[in-house]
Amino acid sequence: MATAAITAERENYLNQEYGIKSWLLTVDHKRIALLYLLSITFFFFIGGFFALLIRLELLTPAGDLVQADTYNKLFTMHGQVMVFFFLIPSIPAVLGNFLVPLMIGAKDLAFPRINLLSWYLYIIAGVLMLHCMLTGGVDTGWTFYTPFSTAFSNTKVIEAGLAIFISGFSSILTGLNFVVTIHRMRAPGMTWNRLPLFIWAHYATSIIQLLGTPVIAVTLVLVVLERALHLGIFDPTRGGDPLLFQHLFWFYSHPAVYIMILPSMGIVSEIVPCFSRKRIFGYNFIALSSISIAVFGFLVWAHHMFVAGISLYAALIFSALSYLVAVPSAVKVFNWTATMYKGSITFSTPMLYAFGFIGLFLMGGLTGLFLAALGIDVHVTDTYFVVAHFHYIMVGGAVMGYLGGMHFWWPKISGRMYPESLGRLAAVIVFLGFNLTFFPQFILGYMGMPRRYWQYPPEFQVLNVLSTAGSTILAVGYLLPMVYFLWSMRYGKVAPDNPWGASGLEWETSSPPPTFNFDTPPVVTWEAYDYEHIPAPQEARSGG
Amino acid sequence: MFDNLPLWPTRASTTAGSVDALFIFLVALSALVTAAIVAIIIVFAIQYRRRKGVVAEQIEGSTALEITWSIIPLGIFIMIFVWGAVIYFKERTPPRGATEVYVVAKQWMWKLQHEEGQREINELHVPVGRDVKLILTSQDVIHSFYVPAFRIKQDVLPGRYTTAWFHPTKAGTYHLFCAEYCGSQHSGMIGQVVVLEPAQYQAWLSGGGATGTLASNGQNLFLQLGCATCHRSDTQGRGPNLVGLFGKPVQLEDGRTVTADENYVRESILSPGSKVVSGFKPIMPVFQGLVSEEQLNALVAYVKSLNPSPSGAAGVAAAVPSDAKPQEPKVQ
Repeated sequence: MATAAITAERENYLNQEYGIKSWLLTVDHKRIALLYLLSITFFFFIGGFFALLIRLELLTPAGDLVQADTYNKLFTMHGQVMVFFFLIPSIPAVLGNFLVPLMIGAKDLAFPRINLLSWYLYIIAGVLMLHCMLTGGVDTGWTFYTPFSTAFSNTKVIEAGLAIFISGFSSILTGLNFVVTIHRMRAPGMTWNRLPLFIWAHYATSIIQLLGTPVIAVTLVLVVLERALHLGIFDPTRGGDPLLFQHLFWFYSHPAVYIMILPSMGIVSEIVPCFSRKRIFGYNFIALSSISIAVFGFLVWAHHMFVAGISLYAALIFSALSYLVAVPSAVKVFNWTATMYKGSITFSTPMLYAFGFIGLFLMGGLTGLFLAALGIDVHVTDTYFVVAHFHYIMVGGAVMGYLGGMHFWWPKISGRMYPESLGRLAAVIVFLGFNLTFFPQFILGYMGMPRRYWQYPPEFQVLNVLSTAGSTILAVGYLLPMVYFLWSMRYGKVAPDNPWGASGLEWETSSPPPTFNFDTPPVVTWEAYDYEHIPAPQEARSGG
Repeated sequence: MFDNLPLWPTRASTTAGSVDALFIFLVALSALVTAAIVAIIIVFAIQYRRRKGVVAEQIEGSTALEITWSIIPLGIFIMIFVWGAVIYFKERTPPRGATEVYVVAKQWMWKLQHEEGQREINELHVPVGRDVKLILTSQDVIHSFYVPAFRIKQDVLPGRYTTAWFHPTKAGTYHLFCAEYCGSQHSGMIGQVVVLEPAQYQAWLSGGGATGTLASNGQNLFLQLGCATCHRSDTQGRGPNLVGLFGKPVQLEDGRTVTADENYVRESILSPGSKVVSGFKPIMPVFQGLVSEEQLNALVAYVKSLNPSPSGAAGVAAAVPSDAKPQEPKVQ
């Protein structure tokens, strides 16, 4: 108890300064991470609210809860908010921001002010998006397909496009900051092959953010210009090509899925070794697989367009390349599993989320094999099969990883422990609720229910009811952590510096860390995941 | 019990069976892989759960294993790719001699034109056992023609034709969905495909109030619009002779060679300046905005019917040129 009390009073990034100004003008990566945490959580619940309304509408075959136009706006804004204002910034901007400097032994990111700028850009974009939603919204689908978005929709396409355009710069700046930081600011001895895999994952992610995001920015500018000035880029009656938009859009938006999933894989690569008390199996291969996913990810975009009117041979090439990107993903799953072999495994909340991630990502990945198979894609693309597949990746994968990471590093972030039994309960609820929500959608899709349908034939009702029921369970699972994280900030047990007995420099400093992260600059003389030399937490503290 | 919970879409085309076969294979493979990995995780979780006095054994990795579990999935993936590609190749290659149906999509309606001249809205009647080729275009935004029972889907684009085909194997009424989001009433843009036994189909054909075949309607338009003034069936016309043109390579003024397919004919009517045939002047007026999509379809059908038709496209095309040709020169 005595040590705990001292820890709590020690000066750290949270108690060094108080007042709103000390937060809004901070250049501390950890405080900026918390600013992001608050903002993305806000948008997550907005997006989640839209999702619940969608599920409620789909409880009955007839369109009876909301109008068709309202429904179209709901799924559009659910997608836009969740993709651009929650999933893409989620892990990088919150956990990445907090952990990248800590994990490599740096005082801060390379460009602290740019880091703050990127949050402000995100907020400007978010406010614009909120304004757009509150004053009429947009109904193009998050995909903005032309010529519907450029010439037919009479909703606020330009405003939504600009909001996402601005949020893109926030994403680019975060990526830029990470790349420079990882190259230039590693502590002495922190060589590339000693980097935690979380860092490798963020490095790969940052490359995608830097190279991909400008393309979506250009694309959205073209949509805005076409809509405002009728340039004719995507308009066939003026010699334009609506398919050009899809190529440009997916050139970013497919790799964007890897912006969401790679950091999550990085988290799982931290959690599994820690709770198995083992070094990770196949470090080099996991690191390499992150980079190859980032590279191959840029070469598969047209697999979203197999029925869109692309040539037969283009489809063949994009199908083949899509299978190549599946190999490094499979390699990761095998390595995480092998890491458990001959380990000493405990089942704390983060580990449960890691198990959940592996299971759901596996199913998301396997159903990706279905979609990459040309003959099957023709039948199931633009149906609920696709909806289920990408939710398994982006929610089952990315969000499970994010929640696992939040639990794993919460003691470091807040200096407090969350209630472990509630944590485990929430993890199980999320897992069950998720599967009940999205598994029926695979069947719905194969039966032929198209996505983005406000009303549907009655034979699809039973599966839709199951899905809606699941979504309410999922909602409880997501609300629980928010409640007990808040609770723990005041009432949680004071966290020791390294509650899990985890490897990594972030656990060497105090919880929460001081403003400049380390009292003395660390020097690294060991490999990543050196669990042979780290005592398990039971030996350090009682209970478990 | 399964009446209220049908979990499998009806299989009503030749494609459906081959798609389902690969799907069932993939379901089995996925179930196997998932079960194996989950089983391994559970076994490890139990076997290697933390126990007093037992310390984890540090293992760095194994290059041999990494190569094994990269190569084996890759091999399986290549097999799935080939299997899927073979199905797709068939789906994208309409058989010769298929009955052609022109489809015009608009917010929020399907308009269909049969070669025989029948026109339908949100309903497509086809006979069992005949290949049907769809030639699709949109009047406004992108739509997608989706018949789950046939396992076919094709996006319908404004400004050009896309094609799809199917071979119905079972009489019945099946859903026709729009599968590409197209605005307010996207989910209302549904219809049905009615597959009839051949005899019933003949009865349906003769019952409809068709006034001439699609090609003969196209021919009337061809005359009305004055196309025949320049596109004569001899070599004297100021425009290229269209007889026997369809499906042939065309040498363009800029040196390119293109195939005279539906999209070429369409583009040459709407925006003739884009692809000028070698040896001709770009003097043809632009018809963009002057002909509707349905009229355009009729014109395309007419141009196709001018072919001597070696493969005998459903007998209709054979009938049209015989009464079309004599009229053509008379117009001048």
